[in-house]
Amino acid sequence: MISVLRGLGRAGLGFFERLGRGHVFLFYSLLGVPAGLYRIHLLLTQVYMAGVLSLVIIVVSGFFVGMVLGLQGYNTLVDFGAEESLGILVALSLVRELGPVVAALLFAGRAGSALTAEIGLMKTTEQLAAMEMMAVDPLKRVVAPRLLAGVLAMPLLAAIFSAVGVYGGYFVGVGLLGVDEGAFWAQMQSSVDFHDDIMNGVIKSFVFGFTVTWIAVFEGYDTVPTSEGISRATTRTVVNSSLAVLGLDFVLTALMFD
Amino acid sequence: MDTNRGSEEPLVTIRGLSFSRGARKIFDEVDMDIARGKITAIMGPSGCGKTTLLSLIGGQLRPDAGSVRVDGLEVPQLSRRELLQLRKRMGMLFQSGALLTDLSVFENVAFPLREHTGLPVPIIRDLVLMKLEAVGLRGARDLMPSELSGGMARRVALARAIALDPMMIMYDEPFAGQDPISMGVLLRLIHLMNEAMGVTSIVVSHDVKETASIADYVYVLAEGKIVGQGTPEELKKSPSKWVRQFMDALPDGPVHFHYPAPAYMEDLLSGEDR
Amino acid sequence: MLQSKTIETVVGLFVAIGLGALLVLAMRVSNLNLADFGNENGYEIRAKFDNIGGLKVRSPVKMAGVTVGRVAAIDIAKDTYEAIATLKIDKRYNQIPADTAANIYTAGLLGEQYVSLEPGGDENFLKAGDEITLTQSAVVLEQIIGQFLFEKAAEGDEGGDKGS
Repeated sequence: MISVLRGLGRAGLGFFERLGRGHVFLFYSLLGVPAGLYRIHLLLTQVYMAGVLSLVIIVVSGFFVGMVLGLQGYNTLVDFGAEESLGILVALSLVRELGPVVAALLFAGRAGSALTAEIGLMKTTEQLAAMEMMAVDPLKRVVAPRLLAGVLAMPLLAAIFSAVGVYGGYFVGVGLLGVDEGAFWAQMQSSVDFHDDIMNGVIKSFVFGFTVTWIAVFEGYDTVPTSEGISRATTRTVVNSSLAVLGLDFVLTALMFD
Repeated sequence: MDTNRGSEEPLVTIRGLSFSRGARKIFDEVDMDIARGKITAIMGPSGCGKTTLLSLIGGQLRPDAGSVRVDGLEVPQLSRRELLQLRKRMGMLFQSGALLTDLSVFENVAFPLREHTGLPVPIIRDLVLMKLEAVGLRGARDLMPSELSGGMARRVALARAIALDPMMIMYDEPFAGQDPISMGVLLRLIHLMNEAMGVTSIVVSHDVKETASIADYVYVLAEGKIVGQGTPEELKKSPSKWVRQFMDALPDGPVHFHYPAPAYMEDLLSGEDR
Repeated sequence: MLQSKTIETVVGLFVAIGLGALLVLAMRVSNLNLADFGNENGYEIRAKFDNIGGLKVRSPVKMAGVTVGRVAAIDIAKDTYEAIATLKIDKRYNQIPADTAANIYTAGLLGEQYVSLEPGGDENFLKAGDEITLTQSAVVLEQIIGQFLFEKAAEGDEGGDKGS
């Protein structure tokens, strides 16, 4: 019994210790961001790695999610004779929630795990230590550009996801199921508010992008420098950032769509 | 550029160094002097903390107690910026080379030059080629680290370590796992750096024969203390049991063959798994 | 290792696509229409209501079903405790008679509420700062139910006196 309590205590303390380390890490990395803006090429390479390489999965998933929304939405709305509102359903679901959240989860799985593995490997092969010994701060050179790139890429990816999803819903609803095209777009346009829905979605994706990238980079930097350590760190990145995204989504939704 | 010759002050002085990792005492009040312009070797059985010593000198770790002075500066007390400045004057060769895998050989060697000097591109190019020529790899400049053999990677790492003409170079197990030819090459290079550039060299190794052939002074570490020191000739004649076991490659001695375990017969007969 | 030019181009393309997606969302999916940007040149008129119901800022103002403007602000009159809605009308629609009535209707059964302008016959037109005097408040469900129950109760009281 006592050992269980002790274990809990130790786990709790360890959690807070990590949280603290993560924040100190973030602080010093953010200090390196202005310098990172100066080294545009580093930043661009990272935006390529994080954003461009995620495009395929985002576009394909977005399209499929949009199509499913169109299908399921139609099935439900048709019972109330309200299938003309399909456009509203698809657009609001995507722009407010699914776009930012699903894109963030996919980003965490694809780009987040890649980031963790890359930085973890650099740590394991002593590249980070070598940089330190060469008087180059790895936080400024390696971490800051990646952090910035993630924050910039995420909202773009979420917007692409939502836009593609709407057209996916259009393809199924109007193209396959016969919903009136004019009603689809007109009802959608009158109900989706730019400020309340779209901009809030963009804000969400900024927050998610920051969180996911922070967790990914930190886990990589903090990893135990063995192959087992890296594999555990990558898993932790995906799990923790997914949980963080979902949790933050609830908080943000409550604040925004009250 | 620092001149190492003609100065009698040791470059690195370590006094009363104590450092523990968890429960293990890695260094127990160790005193050491690294002479300028000379090759000092640090040897000892595996796990005696030789690499940790280099991290302590380089400021990556802080000692629990004691002083580590490099060129008159007290390393553990330096501010971040001062440490950064000091590190520009130190070169370190890691065991695996630790080349940046996303950069080519040329870019790896150019890295410290690009980061720390504002030199124009043509001058950087010339400097890089000169360093690569010194290690014999000028023709390999466009290869990626993944295409290099272990020995070649280490040579590139050496070229990178001397890019800023440091006052000292630390070699972490440079001979580990190398074939005789590569070893010969590395030995020659270390000797060359020392002779031609007057660079103070600290070689951490457990390859007795190779290290003894180039070292000017040797420290033998075991169980957190210095168990022997002197020139290679002095050590060969040293009566200390530790030094003898190490230099003569004896399997059993102060460093025991058997890991501590309960009595043999009892263990076999008890039939339990502990 | 990719050339820096290639990377720059590809990343530029990526950012362009992302911003393009955002634009698509803004223009085609949301209610942001270019006409709204021109609404800076609208003129403001006021209308007082007893009860604005579910009317919100940015709710549409329609005439004959066509959106001619939006609700810019909602306040309360300090003296009469009535609701004052400030309506911003697009300057194109500057020939609205001065005796136009403003009613609050609901779009569809569960839709949002909007202000409907029913034109009168006055030759003078509404200008900036004018007030619409003929207004009809929003229908509040509880009042109707209360009224209905009250009438039913009254009928029952009077027995068979009142003709049906």
